[in-house]
Amino acid sequence: MLRKKETNTDFETRSLDAVCINESKLKHPWWYHFKYFFTGILFGIILTKSEVISWFRIQEMFRLQSFHMYGVIGSAVVTGAVSVFLIKKFRIKTIYGEAIDLQAKSFNKGQVIGGLLFGFGWAMTGACPGPLFALIGNGALIITVSLISAIAGTWVYGLLRDKLPH
Amino acid sequence: MMEWLHKPWPWYVAGPMIGLMVPLLLLTGNKRLGISSSLRHICAACFPAKIPFFQYDWKKETWNLFFAAGILAGGFIAANWLSPAGPIQLNPALTTALEQKGIHDFSHIYPVEIFNWPALTSLRGFLLMVVGGFLVGFGTRYAGGCTSGHSIMGLSMLQWPSLVATCCFMAGGFIMSNLVLPYILK
Repeated sequence: MLRKKETNTDFETRSLDAVCINESKLKHPWWYHFKYFFTGILFGIILTKSEVISWFRIQEMFRLQSFHMYGVIGSAVVTGAVSVFLIKKFRIKTIYGEAIDLQAKSFNKGQVIGGLLFGFGWAMTGACPGPLFALIGNGALIITVSLISAIAGTWVYGLLRDKLPH
Repeated sequence: MMEWLHKPWPWYVAGPMIGLMVPLLLLTGNKRLGISSSLRHICAACFPAKIPFFQYDWKKETWNLFFAAGILAGGFIAANWLSPAGPIQLNPALTTALEQKGIHDFSHIYPVEIFNWPALTSLRGFLLMVVGGFLVGFGTRYAGGCTSGHSIMGLSMLQWPSLVATCCFMAGGFIMSNLVLPYILK
């Protein structure tokens, strides 16, 4: 199988250019994943009820016409950071007794170039990946076009990855 | 309580709830919040095409696909059983600016005059729906995460690369929304 030199293991390939990777070493039956389905439902409800999936809200944010989005993201980060701090400080384990491992991600140029490109797309579609799914659930079936385009964008990135500056 | 559920949620309710997704996913299964990776797993599962970036055991990340499917279901539940009574309360400066571009319908959560099937054949519709979507997928993977992965999870872990990424997301959005979008909307 073709692999890049730096990537020898499956875990290394999986964690390339990804923040959210499965850190768990435990094996569970497939239906355990329904837990994440229900967590996703909660997330989808919050995203909808807070209107952060709205194209209009995104425009307000980028035009500095409303505090709403800054309030949502800011208070989410504070809550998340306090949670991570407490988990680290008290070495809190998962419900299965597994240690929570929060490895650092290294910097590369992708965070700048890719970040800007995503910013363009975010302002155009009015949605980041989470809201794309939530909007379709909201009945905006036209957004499946944007979701399929996003999958195509991810695929093209994978195709060109070796030629892009990192 | 039920009445409150049906109204739009203010930022100081929704924000902390989104933040609590971080410990919820960590404690229930050692998972880091993030969504854009689901797009990669879909590529790896459906169209790997011998591309090294998609040669990994995507089944180990199935949780992320369940999570993404849940978000879709959550949107459906909120829209059908917890729907807001009226249109979004927008800043009049935005509605005025958009009305000058011929957008008058503010009754939906997204602008139905821009995002609809016939509009796909127009340049404006194609740019905003298809090119915009493409940039979301390409950009998030190039950056290594999206608003959830970098801006919420990464910043919660106090990762400076995530701060750089978040600043670039915002910079890109500012440029597009203020300098480019007015010409696309015209």
